[in-house]
Amino acid sequence: MKTLEELKKIRDEARKNINVRNNNPNDIKVLIGMATCGIAAGARQVMKEFINQVDKKNIRNVTITQTDCAGSCEYEPRVEIIFPGNEKATYVNITPEKVSRIIDEHIINGNIVKEYTIGWNN
Amino acid sequence: MKMVNLKIDGVKVSVPENTTILQASIVAGIHIPTLCFLKDVNQIGACRICVVEVKGLKSLVASCVYPVSEGMEVYTNTQFIRDSRKITLELILSTHDKKCLSCIRNGNCELQKLCSDFGIDDENRFKGEKIRFIKDESAIHLVRDNNKCVLCRRCVAACKKQNVGVINVNERGFDTKVGCAFEKDLSDRSCVSCGQCIASCPTGALSEKDSCDEVMKAIYNENKYVIVNTAPSIRATLGECFGMPIGTNVKGKMVAALRRIGFDKVFDTDFGADLTIMEEAYEFLDRFQNNGKLPMITSCSPGWVKYCEYNYPDLIPNLSTCKSPQQMTGAIIKTWYAQKFNISVKDIVVVSVMPCTAKKFEITRENQAASGFPDTDISITTRELARLIKCANIDFELLQDEEFDSILGDSTGAGVIFGVTGGVMEAALRTLEEALEGKPIDRVDYTEVRGNKGVKEAVYNISGKNISVAVVNGLENVPEILDEIRSGESKYSFIEVMCCPGGCINGGGQPIHNSYTRQINDIIGKRMKAIYSEDKNLPLRKAHENQAIKMIYDEFLDNPGSEKAHEVLHTNYTKRNKF
Amino acid sequence: MYRSNILVCGGTGCTSSGSEKIISKLWKEIKIRGLEQEVNVIKTGCFGLCSLGPIMIVYPEGSFYSMVQVDDIAEIVEEHLLKGRVVKRLLYKETLDGEKIKSLNETAFYSKQKRIVLKNCGLINPESIDEYIAMDGYCALGRVLGKMSPRDVIEEIKMSDLRGRGGGGFPTGVKWELTAKSEAEQKYVCCNADEGDPGAFMDRAILEGDPHSVIESMAIAGYAIGANKGFIYVRAEYPIAVKRLNIAIEQARNYGLLGQDIFSSGFNFDIDLRLGAGAFVCGEETALMSSISGKRGEPRPRPPYPAVKGLFDCPTLLNNVETYANIPQIILKGASWFNSIGTEKSKGTKVFALGGKINHTGLVEVPMGTTLREIVEEIGGGIPNGKKFKAAQTGGPSGGCISIENIDIPIDYDNLLSIGSMMGSGGLIVMDQDTCMVDIAKFFLEFTVDESCGKCVPCRIGTKRLLEILNKITSGNGTIEDIDKMEKLCYYIKSNSLCGLGQTAPNPVLSTLKCFRNEYEMHVNKKKCEAGVCKSLLRYEIIEGKCKGCTLCARNCPVSAISGFVGMPHEIDSDKCIKCGICMQKCKFDAIIKH
Repeated sequence: MKTLEELKKIRDEARKNINVRNNNPNDIKVLIGMATCGIAAGARQVMKEFINQVDKKNIRNVTITQTDCAGSCEYEPRVEIIFPGNEKATYVNITPEKVSRIIDEHIINGNIVKEYTIGWNN
Repeated sequence: MKMVNLKIDGVKVSVPENTTILQASIVAGIHIPTLCFLKDVNQIGACRICVVEVKGLKSLVASCVYPVSEGMEVYTNTQFIRDSRKITLELILSTHDKKCLSCIRNGNCELQKLCSDFGIDDENRFKGEKIRFIKDESAIHLVRDNNKCVLCRRCVAACKKQNVGVINVNERGFDTKVGCAFEKDLSDRSCVSCGQCIASCPTGALSEKDSCDEVMKAIYNENKYVIVNTAPSIRATLGECFGMPIGTNVKGKMVAALRRIGFDKVFDTDFGADLTIMEEAYEFLDRFQNNGKLPMITSCSPGWVKYCEYNYPDLIPNLSTCKSPQQMTGAIIKTWYAQKFNISVKDIVVVSVMPCTAKKFEITRENQAASGFPDTDISITTRELARLIKCANIDFELLQDEEFDSILGDSTGAGVIFGVTGGVMEAALRTLEEALEGKPIDRVDYTEVRGNKGVKEAVYNISGKNISVAVVNGLENVPEILDEIRSGESKYSFIEVMCCPGGCINGGGQPIHNSYTRQINDIIGKRMKAIYSEDKNLPLRKAHENQAIKMIYDEFLDNPGSEKAHEVLHTNYTKRNKF
Repeated sequence: MYRSNILVCGGTGCTSSGSEKIISKLWKEIKIRGLEQEVNVIKTGCFGLCSLGPIMIVYPEGSFYSMVQVDDIAEIVEEHLLKGRVVKRLLYKETLDGEKIKSLNETAFYSKQKRIVLKNCGLINPESIDEYIAMDGYCALGRVLGKMSPRDVIEEIKMSDLRGRGGGGFPTGVKWELTAKSEAEQKYVCCNADEGDPGAFMDRAILEGDPHSVIESMAIAGYAIGANKGFIYVRAEYPIAVKRLNIAIEQARNYGLLGQDIFSSGFNFDIDLRLGAGAFVCGEETALMSSISGKRGEPRPRPPYPAVKGLFDCPTLLNNVETYANIPQIILKGASWFNSIGTEKSKGTKVFALGGKINHTGLVEVPMGTTLREIVEEIGGGIPNGKKFKAAQTGGPSGGCISIENIDIPIDYDNLLSIGSMMGSGGLIVMDQDTCMVDIAKFFLEFTVDESCGKCVPCRIGTKRLLEILNKITSGNGTIEDIDKMEKLCYYIKSNSLCGLGQTAPNPVLSTLKCFRNEYEMHVNKKKCEAGVCKSLLRYEIIEGKCKGCTLCARNCPVSAISGFVGMPHEIDSDKCIKCGICMQKCKFDAIIKH
């Protein structure tokens, strides 16, 4: 270890792995419906894709977790995104292909991807 | 030196910094009682007898280790301290066997004295569980009776100081006891039998193996011809056992007492010492002139020889092959003397009085029986001799001086100084110089090798050759000099080693003084003085001038180092394993 | 990246209740469900709530599962990790507020705590230096070496008013300063991890849960006092701590955080472990150093103090684990932050190992000045079975008892001393009404007698005799004179012993004598032990009127001390009775009483 900067680099890298333990209320929460209906509709793949993308894009302030069945099983896989202090946005019938756009537009830039939300098609 | 001012019991004293309260109190004329403390040997603050109050401190402190500081106020005799010391003593007594009447140290026991001084009126106040110890009688020279041990650890420290370190504390808490590693017997360890542990013990927990009965049995046996010889240092110390001042030379009374006890002949080991010098000086000369193994190291201290066999077996070839004066005296008695006076060797009992417990071991060594019988039969210490005298209804102080018997009672000053560190070297030099120069030399005193320093060294130019010598005073200083030989860096040709610090006058068999006496007296210095003044006053001071020696070489041994001399007066050594 | 972390306690307590098996089962179940890329399992140090072990927390939710069994794992993985449904039946009850799940920090056990030294315990993987670094680990060392002079460091520690957590409470900064001032070619930094008080495990928890904090701190200390070598003296009975320390030291060396030229500052420092064989006295500083240097672990009189002449006769700084664990935080957050916590003369927090008759046994860290009542009733969850608080013992065998009168005194170094106890290293044993205080004094004294090194007379023989008198009293043979004799002996041992162990050994006796003298007198005068603990003073009796003669007691008595005909009242032969109490437990009619 030669410099403090070197240490800080290790620290920042290491924090990625323990961020999840902080239970930080300021994190953006990504909730994926993971009841039997969700899993059957492919929620696992969606979740994996979220994890991959968040990791790849080096996003730190996101917590990815599961949520229960919301009663409208036909909309699964369903993803809820909650910015701290804000209403949740609910995406429905999400496929892994759609994940990247949600992250780029919504999580990074704060613009809800309206066409994926519930009721858009209706 | 920075001085520190303090008050002890109201008395103002000024002492150098780093002085302990105990040392400073002596300046103030105060004698703080101690038990585990032994000057220069053991300063560990364990027994708590020497506790004092220091103003401003919550606990009492052990004065033997607590350093003075500027403005300190010390109290050594308050009610609380007195009560505390009394409890300490009562607690010690609760683990002690309290068999004073049958104790070898009865009357010379520091615990007994403290109990008396502090008015202990109930030795059973803290009666409780007590551990019964089995005595360790395994060693040839001493007995350990832990039932009398107060765990002061003075023996442990003394043993460690001698670089031997075969005893330490085992177990812990109430079960603590002094012993050897793995609870082995002392005889299974690399003990050199020096007896410094005994001399440090404040109680009767350690004592020499007593041979008084054996001696008296021989004397009472009409068929036995019992010959005693006394080592050079005994005359300088024996008087202490009879209350005489330290450093009193009691040679005449000692000889008289030995006759009263009933020995058939009273000889002087000094004779053997002179003979040792003859053999040793010529052995050195031979090695020096004929590229023999150098440096040559003296071999008259059996504790040292055993230490060498355990710790420096590779240097055994450097040891002189000469027997010690004790063994040479015995050997000559049982060979030449027995023949000459037509006494049956098997009836002769040679008793030696030695300052040394290792001598008890030496008489059992291999190759120490020139006549086919052991050179010496019984070796007793100064303390045992005092006991023999006391038992024989003799008032030592009233005895008139008597002379040693001829002819093995003849000796020179060279033999006398064997009793002190540096003495063997000086005695050897006196003979060596004349032998090398081939003519009488005026010089008698080689003061460079005298004194009580740990290592003394000198270079003498004799007959154009530089002879570099060293004197090692106590095993403590052995590694410093011997490690140099091992690594090939030694500059010395001739080295004297004495096992005990100060030499034989401070041997493990000498009269035991309590800690306070040792603290305020230069015991070694006073005994040394007695030896050197006898040497100075003798008409003959060089070993080769001894008429008896000349006669024996003429009649029996031919020359120093002759085949016959080797047969009778030389021996060999063996490597000993430490474990 | 993992979306979820499962932290499983790998402290000694949870390890012995099976957390290793739980971890392997977790991995097995996670793999079956293909979650191994998403969910990570981390073995951490102690969470503190040892009585509820094995413990695990699932993040990001922070769900706290207690007393988890191997059989529960499949359910947790399936429901919680896969489907996101918290398994409520396994949640720590205190986190359940009706339907709502509280965060752990809102529970009584944690809300009153303030975690400085334990901040990483139970949160990071102690075997990963990266996780320590992620928590700002080694930043303090970096700052010290980059921006501060040794003088600055010492000043900062002095200003923090941190006091030694090993028991004595000596100002840490002053100790550092003294050692720094000693001039010598070689100096040492030592860590006392020879935690020996019965029931105390604060240091073990830190070493198991956050070993790097101690290593970092020792390096800082080395820099401050001018030492390049450190030793951690840790008990061999702490295998997990030893293992993690070894791993941590190796990792720190690999990162160049130990070794030569750390942070390019020119400062060199390395640490070695020395294992102690568990002698209590080796926690005493001079004995500890004697033991490190290979000699018999025994104290020696001071002065000279280790700051002048310590390990291998060189100036040596010795602090205990908990003290060291405070240092990086003080450096990072500043002395004024630290000394804003606590009481006037005792700053910061103190970790206590809570044990005895209390609902939540475990490890708690509270600000100095927290009252005993807060610790016992709020954090500790009170006393089981509705029993009454009688006293608490602090300071282990060197400490004393705090009785109910003092339960509201803010706990700090000086207050504890003033009521005849001491902070000690942090053992806190709660006692209820069924505790006999004479027996408690005996318990601690037995410990000291066993652990005395045997060097000085007062401790070697004095404590033994003291214990013998206590035994005499508890066996019903004591006299009123014995109490006086005992008291006198206590004061004698206190002021005459060589080291702190002996000087404090009588404290459990003295403090119980002070607060509960009547109990001693009761044992002596009335031959009665009100708490019913001292067996020799107990009498079991069958109440004639209640006994139905069912013979159940007689059949269960191991020494056939009960006799009687079927259907007739039975009788206990008190000479034969060994007071085991089985008869009383067995009796269905409450016909047996003890008094």
